[in-house]
Amino acid sequence: MDLDPLILSRIQFAFTISFHILFPSFTVGLACWIALLEALWVGTGKGIYRSLSEFWTRIFALSFGLGVVSGIVMSYQFGTNWSRWSDTVGNVLGPLIQYEVVTAFFLEAAFLGILLFGRDRVPRGIHLMAACLVALGTLLSSFWILSANSWMHTPAGFEIRDGRYFVTDWWQVVFNPSFPYRLAHMVTAMFLTTSFVVAGISAFYLLKRRHLDHARLGLGMALALITVLAPLQIFLGDEHGLNTLEHQPAKIAAMEGNWEGGPRAPLVLFAIPDVEKETNHLEVGIPALSSLILTHDFNGTVPGLKQFPADERPDPRIIFWTFRLMVGIGLLMLTVAVVHLVLRFRGQLFTTDWFLRVLVGCMPIGFIAILAGWFTTEIGRQPWVVYGHLKTADAVTPSLTTEAALISLLSFVVAYTLIYGAGTYYLIRLLRTGPTHIHDAPQPPEAQSPKRPLSATDQSIEAAE
Amino acid sequence: MQEIAEGSLLTLIWVGIVGFAVFMYVLMDGFDLGIGILYPFAPTEEDRDTMMNTVAPVWDFNETWLVLGGAGLFAAFPIAYAVVLPAMYLPLLVMLIALIFRGVAFEFRFKARAGRHWWNRSFFLGSLLATFAQGVVLGSFIQGIPVYGRQFVGGMLHWLSPFSLFCGVALVVGYALLGATWLIWRTIGPLQDWCFRMARMLMLVVLAGVAVVSLWTPFLLPQIAERWFSLPNLIFLSPVPILTAVLAVALWRAIDRSRDVAPFVLSMALFGLSYLGLAISLWPHLIPPGVTVWEAAAPPETQVFLLVGMAFLIPAILGYTAYSYWIFRGKVTGAFGYH
Repeated sequence: MDLDPLILSRIQFAFTISFHILFPSFTVGLACWIALLEALWVGTGKGIYRSLSEFWTRIFALSFGLGVVSGIVMSYQFGTNWSRWSDTVGNVLGPLIQYEVVTAFFLEAAFLGILLFGRDRVPRGIHLMAACLVALGTLLSSFWILSANSWMHTPAGFEIRDGRYFVTDWWQVVFNPSFPYRLAHMVTAMFLTTSFVVAGISAFYLLKRRHLDHARLGLGMALALITVLAPLQIFLGDEHGLNTLEHQPAKIAAMEGNWEGGPRAPLVLFAIPDVEKETNHLEVGIPALSSLILTHDFNGTVPGLKQFPADERPDPRIIFWTFRLMVGIGLLMLTVAVVHLVLRFRGQLFTTDWFLRVLVGCMPIGFIAILAGWFTTEIGRQPWVVYGHLKTADAVTPSLTTEAALISLLSFVVAYTLIYGAGTYYLIRLLRTGPTHIHDAPQPPEAQSPKRPLSATDQSIEAAE
Repeated sequence: MQEIAEGSLLTLIWVGIVGFAVFMYVLMDGFDLGIGILYPFAPTEEDRDTMMNTVAPVWDFNETWLVLGGAGLFAAFPIAYAVVLPAMYLPLLVMLIALIFRGVAFEFRFKARAGRHWWNRSFFLGSLLATFAQGVVLGSFIQGIPVYGRQFVGGMLHWLSPFSLFCGVALVVGYALLGATWLIWRTIGPLQDWCFRMARMLMLVVLAGVAVVSLWTPFLLPQIAERWFSLPNLIFLSPVPILTAVLAVALWRAIDRSRDVAPFVLSMALFGLSYLGLAISLWPHLIPPGVTVWEAAAPPETQVFLLVGMAFLIPAILGYTAYSYWIFRGKVTGAFGYH
């Protein structure tokens, strides 16, 4: 593979967005979790809710900061590396991105300041409102960016004049065919990711016999949510898959590792796809199951890669596996939910050490599943950037040189390694330290002077020293 | 390439909105980048804590204006986004990497123990390089960008010139002035005294920089010289330099009399006039020297769809910004410790 501006830009985009997405994946769910805890604190006056909220707010502040700086990179990268794409689709996607900025980014940024630093400066109700608005901001942000992304998978509501896209119907643009499915699937994934982190940390404290009250509260709430969301997510994923079958059959064929297509297609469990020979090696499959899953009929006809011209096929070698990884994690999540119900029913939830250890081990699975899912859907739409209309190869900046693209890619790799390395280190330290104890209300809000430090996260570190 | 009639009101409104977003960015991130530039020169480590705390609750909000400027260009003038960003590939890369390092310093610095001095450095160098890169982008933009069809056709080092590098240095000093005057407003005691001394010195350098850029710019493109020095423009536009001189005197006196708020307000006004002067030089070009705002504008259906939302959202944003700044008003002192 020769290095050219196209492949370097693709690697750079994949690299920067993969790092970036880890943070929204976590903070969207976390913002809602914090808003819930703040509401419980205002409603009941129990100090445990407030201290748990403050603990997770410190984690949130750190993660959000990393999300912001990596997000700015994204918004400029469209123009620097994909200028032909920017010019061609700007009329359609520009407004969606712009709406994300003005409805979501400002809201999050402004009220995050109040959430972090304003507890002693504003009435309790306003502080709660700030927490809710930050959560709303993160959800609005997901709405717009997923709408823009979905439009590139299933473009609608436009016409092409002189090679550029012009909108004919905004409703069809925003609510394009794959958007509702992608939104539901992704938001559920983000909530599951956060739930597994909260459950894992709580399990860690239970195993260490520390912060027991906080840990029981966090574990109980997180597992309850997982029990609802894990089965729901499998259902939503299936629906999303059917939607993809309708609009992007080549992607489904690559995910399934299916070359021939046709009726009674087997569900391939293991295979090494061979693009040159257009076949699979070492294939192990269950007969007719793929047809059943995709068409809900054993005799249903499913697409095969050979039906598509060779230069319009996605490469199955990566997405065959990322798809299986994602599904496998989905089933693992469901298993955790079921085991949790059994243990809770027996009253052994907080005392079964092996299960707590499993939960600690499960902390990163949400992130892994999200990355695997995005790799599947994004590699699966290649060679198109706007599906069926604009090829990725025609989207890259024409003036970009290999040297410049290489310099920028290496710079981002070095910078992200340093920053994310340090960030992970500080996050782990915060998580190991745990929440600080706070007495129950009622107590008047503290005086108007800013006694709290103006970094949201230093408190527990000092307490630990 | 022409889709929009010249003089379209919608396009004018969008020029206003994007111009406003960029100016808000320059003012708001200007003072907090300026604080980063002054950072290593502050008298004590406690002063550095205080300096950072004056902007900790608002920095990421300030930086959001940068995203709005970028996204606004993408939405309302897609060709400008598709031409200007590739032309500035390397300086923008420096800016983005620098902003990453300075942004995370806000959180990391207070969490680090032995490594704190690294985040101090990261905050200073990040602020300095991000500002310098922005100045270079500005200077190179004024000089003009070669366009063929709808794409940039220059080399990767097209941005590099004595003028663009000078603009980089000038913006560093300019942001440092905004930072110093912001700190005059928000701090007390020895730190504030130090800021007064810095502001006085920086102001002189900034005025020299503004003068050099103003005299240099007309020599870059004949159309800019024509704009300013032909009659009757010379008379109509004369208030811009005259007002700048008046502001400079007022700023000098405000610093002399140790006024609290006036230096910051006057510094912002100085930036406002420079921005206005720039707009006068370039109008009606969005990508100098060739592409006008009318040629670059998105089609009306895009402009209208966005404008409907902006009409409500921009006032709302300004409203809650004001509220947030009001909550965190007042002097910040180093006296409040870390628990």
